[in-house]
Formats: sequence, structure tokens, C-alpha cells
Amino acid sequence: MTDAATQPDAAGPAHAGKGEPRHFARMVTIWLVLSLVLDPLFYFLVGPHVPPGTMTSTAEENQFDFTLLVVIALPVLLGVWVYLGYSIITWRASKGGDDPVGGEQARAHLGVQTGWIAITSVIVLFLAGYGTYSLIDTHGAGGGQGPNPVWTPTAAHILPVQVIGQQWAFTYRYPTFGGFESKQLVVPVDTTIAFHVTSLDVIHSFWAYQLSIKADANPQIDNVAFTTTNHTGSFTVRCSELCGLWHGAMYNYGQVVSKQAFQTWATTTEKATAANTKLLPPFAWTYVPDANGADGGYYNDTVVPYSPSEVYGAKQPAS
Amino acid sequence: MTISAERETEVVYPDPTPPSAGWFQGLPARPGWLSQHLGTAMVGAVLGYLLGHWLGNVIASGYDYVANSGTNAIANTGGIALGALGWLLGIGAINYPLAKLIGKEPAPEYETTSWTKYFRYTADHKVVGLQYVIGVLLFLFTGGLLAMAIRTELLTPTSHVFGPGTYIAIVSEHGTIMMMMATSVVVGPLGNWLVPLMIGARRTAFPRVEAFSFWVFSAGYLVILTALPYGGFPTGWTGYAPLQTQAGGGMISYLAGFALIGTGMMAAGFNLAVTIVNYRAPGMTWSRVPIFVWSILATCALLTLATPTLFAAGLFGILDRTAQTAFYVTEHGGSSYLWQNLFWFFGHPEVYIMALPGFGIVAEILPVFTRKPLFAYKIAAAGMIGVALLSFFVWQHHLFQSGINPDMRPLFMLTTELISIPTGFIFLVGMGTLYKAKIRFEVPMLFALALFFNFLIGGVTGVFLSDVPVNVTVHGGFFVLSHFHYTIMGGLIFAFFGGLYFWLPKMTGKTMNKKLGQIHFWGMFIFFNLTFFPMFLIGLLGQPRRVFQYQHNLQALNDFSSVSAFFLGASFLVFVANFVWSIFIKPTPSPANPWDSLGLEWQTANPVPYYNFERIPVVLTDPYHYGETDAPAVADLGEPELVPVGAPAAVADEQPVDDRPPNAAG
Repeated sequence: MTDAATQPDAAGPAHAGKGEPRHFARMVTIWLVLSLVLDPLFYFLVGPHVPPGTMTSTAEENQFDFTLLVVIALPVLLGVWVYLGYSIITWRASKGGDDPVGGEQARAHLGVQTGWIAITSVIVLFLAGYGTYSLIDTHGAGGGQGPNPVWTPTAAHILPVQVIGQQWAFTYRYPTFGGFESKQLVVPVDTTIAFHVTSLDVIHSFWAYQLSIKADANPQIDNVAFTTTNHTGSFTVRCSELCGLWHGAMYNYGQVVSKQAFQTWATTTEKATAANTKLLPPFAWTYVPDANGADGGYYNDTVVPYSPSEVYGAKQPAS
Repeated sequence: MTISAERETEVVYPDPTPPSAGWFQGLPARPGWLSQHLGTAMVGAVLGYLLGHWLGNVIASGYDYVANSGTNAIANTGGIALGALGWLLGIGAINYPLAKLIGKEPAPEYETTSWTKYFRYTADHKVVGLQYVIGVLLFLFTGGLLAMAIRTELLTPTSHVFGPGTYIAIVSEHGTIMMMMATSVVVGPLGNWLVPLMIGARRTAFPRVEAFSFWVFSAGYLVILTALPYGGFPTGWTGYAPLQTQAGGGMISYLAGFALIGTGMMAAGFNLAVTIVNYRAPGMTWSRVPIFVWSILATCALLTLATPTLFAAGLFGILDRTAQTAFYVTEHGGSSYLWQNLFWFFGHPEVYIMALPGFGIVAEILPVFTRKPLFAYKIAAAGMIGVALLSFFVWQHHLFQSGINPDMRPLFMLTTELISIPTGFIFLVGMGTLYKAKIRFEVPMLFALALFFNFLIGGVTGVFLSDVPVNVTVHGGFFVLSHFHYTIMGGLIFAFFGGLYFWLPKMTGKTMNKKLGQIHFWGMFIFFNLTFFPMFLIGLLGQPRRVFQYQHNLQALNDFSSVSAFFLGASFLVFVANFVWSIFIKPTPSPANPWDSLGLEWQTANPVPYYNFERIPVVLTDPYHYGETDAPAVADLGEPELVPVGAPAAVADEQPVDDRPPNAAG
């Protein structure tokens, strides 16, 4: 009301004609130029270095998907930023200028609104569509899929590795090598690997960063994630789900080695640890910890454990 | 134009001074220090805690598991439960139902101008709103100090200041306090204070429920602080279950604290939703309701529908620890997924509880400082309702890598990405309003514009997280941490401060210092971005959340982030200084309508009288007629005869509305 009194010349849309720069065209030009420059720059210069690198198939796909999302997101970000920046510079009150024109045309614009909804919907549906396509195309195989994975690699030979999370370390069992347990994660190159992730106590998350593998370790759940190794090197394994006191220190390093070296390492270690393996529970996809064991001991030591040791080794029922 | 036309005339309420007198009768007539106030609430809390703790020991000290573990969860729970009850009894929150229960008429509340009303249980929504302002600021600054401690620890890649136990307790306490605060940070202070004024009501629908929500909220604050003397809890704010079951005594504080906060959220949401639906003034049609009220309505729907799940989840957790049930114990038939599902079924709507009110605030601020009507009002309202609806269908995206049914991933990826369409409407509204505007860069406007910058980054990175393949790398790391700080802090907290600078002159009748406000804004905006943007990179480079050790090559980025965080923290000191200086030390009276807003809340007298409006206003139009030479008055506040000729006929008749004073509410 007070404002209306101070704007005698706000006569309507008529005064917006001559002399008025074509704001929208200017913004679109700035946006287009910036997008056309920055998108290829990112794709070609930054894209190849986007984490988590190319050590495995899932890492490579993950890297491509991330880069693609940035290439789509950058123009969106730039669009809003250019608009905001342009508005703040052009239409600031301290610049003087015409008083804004209210009324119906300032309250709604069918074309703008429909256009906005259409454009955002197209982007979003494309992303969801592409996401689903890439997921089915096993880009997402590196994420834990539970005991009954849906999108699985088609490789003829898959090396199973069991990852056991417990407070506060990961250990690894190799069922195809007599089920020996190792504190070291070693996998062969050019091989499809199935990580079977489980936990003995609380929820952990097995994050093999350079392999682009992340799977929660849940007690009594066999959470499976796949990847195919591309080249040799070492990688970091961290726990990425808060698991208590020493969560921050729950990490170690793994190796992708040549097939030959892996075969040598595995057979040697199997022999060297044979005595230990006998003491371990027989290999199983999940383990029910002793009631006095890793889950913190809710029971008096004299209480017969709820989970008798016979349960050890029981195959997890298909759910 | 038929709004409230059929509303029944209220029968005359009985004389508020009944003849009978019980122990709770006549309390307001006593000297202030003898009546119920914050002090008696504290006494009640302490006595209740001691009693509950003693009872718990009497009941359970002989149990084997108590003897073995050395902690008595029943005593902890009993202490906290009776402590909270004592707090509520002490403040007088339960006087009314108790009086009704024994067939007595409760003592009425009298209008008072004394400052002591801010320390009492009161039915005045404006007092409750200001109590909430102080409450959420206390909450925010407590959580902020803990954040400073986190960033101090992360200055070096190895553990150096705190031990791992202290560190994880600090992280958990920070997250929980901030999340609890953020649930109520706008609905509590601004929602309670503004909504009745914006819709032309004299009070909220259930003033006692409203006051109850605040005192339960503050009890939740005290309870979550009790986790510290119990040694904290190690689960973070998400409280994942096997770890939760294994944790020490502080876990009870987390579970009970969230249950209490949840009770407050349900009460606040229920009260405001009913108020908005039923207490709109004549002529306040749904297409004239200020957009902030729409945002609060959508938020209230989430508060009332999502929070019961949290309450139940917390109750199950307490039962697991006290009665030895096994909701979350896998070996005994429970499931570690159950907590995750329950928690996120609440937790994701919760995320939008922490976004929608912020959108409402900026959409309310923009038209005032651009002198333009709000662009695409209907789209804005529809977007808020759309976000609220969709937010119930996205929770499993928190569990993409957890090993639950993988078939569901495409669905939850789709719903998660779909929600960015209605969320994006706020950008359409904001950008449309800025078009050919006349932007005044007052402090509230700066905060509102900052929301668009910050929330855009937060929203776009959310799309990265929703993409399952990319989620493998960014889930559970600093990337997601930065993402939700950009949405909650960059969105909601910026909007909250914008709202405070905008409405505090009305709420307190005093002017905030502009210079200090600008320093606060620029400090907060710059250092917020310098703190959190590097965290996207830190996360992409492989640092998981909630760790006290990280790779040495990430130290530079972490240090940069930490130092920025200290400056970010300092910017809040500027706000505190401004607040204390401008409101208490050297108050400058504020003009009645300092920003030239057309909103109904600015049209009442300053300070706002106890009954808000002399007469229930007749609303003539929406409050966004900026930029019009003959802008109509938003409402007729005078006698019915003064309704301008040509105003809609139906609303010109005086409507029999429920305009009983707050203290007479049923």
C-alpha cells in the first residue's frame, strides 16, 4: 500500500517496451556460453580423475556416472546462478530504475510455469531412467545387494571372498581355498569377484574405495557385491558405517595382484594357516556369534547360549 | 466466500473464576515466586529423576544382567521418565487435565505484562513463540559448540585432542541435538508466533497443547544433555540398532530424548494444523493464505504423520534395553533392519520437516523486498504439498547398500529423483519473483537469497546420492554429510535467521542492528560455504563420516574446513551480540511495519495485544499486492460497517467465529 503510493508511473506492461534490454536473451546467452565452456572442460579435464578411479569395472562405471551427473548438473547450477547474479546486479533497488509492476502478469505465467515443470521433469525422468538402466547394466553391482542379488555379472568364473566385519576389523575368508581366514585382502586382476559381506556384531560397512565396493555388514546377513578388477595396485578399505568406539580406526589396505601372484599367495596362505582354519567355525555365509561373544554378552556366563554351536556352519536359508 | 459462515456460535463460556479451590487453584494470584515457573519445573525434574532412579534400582538391581553389566537401564529410564514428568508437573503443564480429572474447574490464566510470563506455562502463542526462540537458539548453540569440538579433532589425521570414545560421544551429541533442534526451529518459534496472526486468529486451536509442545521440547533438550554424564552414546544421531543395543547408559537419553522431542513435534504439528484448517478469519480462503502458512501446514502433516514412527522406534529400543525384548536383536528373532526402516521412515519426512518451513520463510520475504507479488503462488503451495506427500516414499534410499531387497532400488531412485520436481518449484517461485524486481538488500533478504545459493548445491548433490551406482562412493562419507548440511543449515538455518531478522521487530517491538546483521550474514554465508564445500571433495576422496582418523593427504582440506568452521562459529557470536544488544541492552523501538510488508501479521498494533486483533479481521485479499497502484487492503480490521463498497458481500457480514480468549479454550 505504502509502496503503491510511491510509484505513480507503474502503469502496466506498456512501459516495458522500447529501451528495455532483452534480459532473458542476455541471461540465456551468458548461461549457454558458460555451459558450453565448462561442461567439456569438466568432462575432458576432470572426468578421468574423478574418484574412485578405474581400478575395477564398477569404479570405472561409477566414475562415468558421476561425470555424467556433473555434466548434467553444471548447466542447472549455472542456470540458477546466472539468473540470480543477473537479477541482483540488474534489478537492485539502489540502481533506481522502474518500480516493479504487479498484477496478474507478475503473479503467474502459464508458459514459464509449464516450461519449468516440463524441463525439470524431463531432466529428472531422464536421470531416473538412465539410473535404472545403468543399475540393471550392473553399474550398481558394487553396492551390497543382500543375499539374493538381482543384477549379477555374467562372468563364467567368479571368485568368492567373504568379508567379515567385527568391532573393529575386517577379516577375509576364501571359501574356494579351504575357507582360510586372512587379515589381508588380496584379489587377482582381471577377475570377477563376489564379496560376501557379513558381520559378527553391529552394522559395519565394507568400503573398498578404489574398487567402488560398498556393502553394509549386517549380523546374519550375507550381503553380496560384485566387481571385476581391471588393473593391479593397492586400495583402501574403510568402515563407512558407524560401529562404535574405534570406527575411525577400522581400516586396512588391500592388493589387486596378478592372477599368478594371487594363486601363489592363496595356496601358500592356505597351507600356512591350516592349523588356524581348523579352530575357526566351518565356513558359512553367515555366523551366529556365541551368546558370550562379540555382541557384547547380554547373558550371564553360566547361561547356556541361545545359539548353540551346531548353528555354526548352517547355510543361510534363502529368504 | 463461504468460509466459516456456517460455524456455530460458541455458547458463553462459564465464568472463569469457579468457586471451588484445589491445591492448584488460585496459583496465579499468589506472589510470583510461589507459583509455578521454570524454577519449580527444575525442582520437579530433579525430584522426579531421583525418585525414578531409586524405583528403577528397587525393581531391577537384583537382575542378573544388571549385576553383570554394571548399568541399570531400568533405573536410567525410570529417572528420565519421571524426571520429564516432574518437569511437566513443575511447570504446570498437567494442571488442566488433572483438574478436569477430579472434576474441578482449573484456574484461568490472566493476562500479564510481567516479564515473568516467559518463564511460565502460558496459553499465549506469542509468549510460547518467544520461548521457542530462546529454546531453539540454546539448542543450536549447544550443537554448534560440539561442532567446533569435532572440527578441532579433525585438524590432524590422527586422534589428538579427544580419545575415540569422547570423540564419538561428541559427534553423536552434535548430530542428535542439531536434528532435534531443526525439527522445531521454524515451526516452534515462527510457526507458533506467526500463524495465528497471519490467518487472523486470536489464538491457536489448542493453546495448552501448544505450550505443552514447548515444555516437552525443552525437557527433550535436558534429557539429551543427560547423555553426557552417562558417558554419551556411540551411535550418531541415526542410532543404528545392534550398536544401540550394545551401547552404554547414554543410549537411554538418546531414545527417551527423541521420544520426548517427538511428543513435542506431534503436539506442535497437531495444534498448528488444526489452527490453520479451522481458525482462519472470514475471507481467508485457501488461495489467500500466506505461503508461509502453507509451508507450516505441509510441515504439520509430516510432524503428525511421521513422528509416531520415531516414537514407536524409540520405545522398542527402550524395551530392548529394559524389558529385554528383542525388536532389534537378530539372534533372538529381531532385525537390525527394523530400526533402520522405522528410523528412516520417520527420518526422511523429517528431512522435509527441515526444508519446507525454510521455503515458506523465503517465499514470504522475497515479495516484501522485491516489491513484487509472489510468483506462481499456487505452484508454490502445490509443491509443498507434493514434497510432503512424496517424502513418505523415499526412505529406502538411505539403505541402498544395506542389502535389503535390491528390486526396490529403481523405485526408490525414481521417487527420490521425482521429489526434486516439487522441491524445484521454490526456485521457480523465487526466480519468478526476482524478475524485473526492485531488490532491497536488507538483512532478511540477504539470508533469503543465500538459501537459493546453498539449497541449490544441497539439492543437486542429493541427485548424485540418489543415483545408486554413484551412491556406492558417496554414501556414508563426507559427501553426504556436506549434502545435508547444505540443505539443513544452508537452507533451513539461513531461512530461520532471515525470518528472525524479518519478524523480530514485530515479535519484540525492537529493531535489530543492521550493521551487525550484515556482518553476521556475510560471515555466516562465506564461512558456511568455505566449511562445507571442501567436505564434498573430502568425501569423494574417501573419508567416511564420524571418523577421528583419516588419510594424511586429506589434512589440508580438513584443516581448511576446520578453520572456516571456527570463523563460521564466530559469526554466530555476532548474532548473539546483536540480539542481546538490540533487544536487551540498548533497545530501539521498531516502527510498526519496518519493511513495508502487506502481510496481515504486520497490520495489528505494536506490540501485539494479548488477543491479537481487536476484532476478528475480515480478509479481503491475499497479502501479495505489491507493485499495484490501487493495491487493496489485505484485511478489514475495523468495524463491519467500514468494509469498502464492492468488497465481497458474504464476508461483510460479521461471522460468528471462535474468538474466545486463549485461556478459555477447551
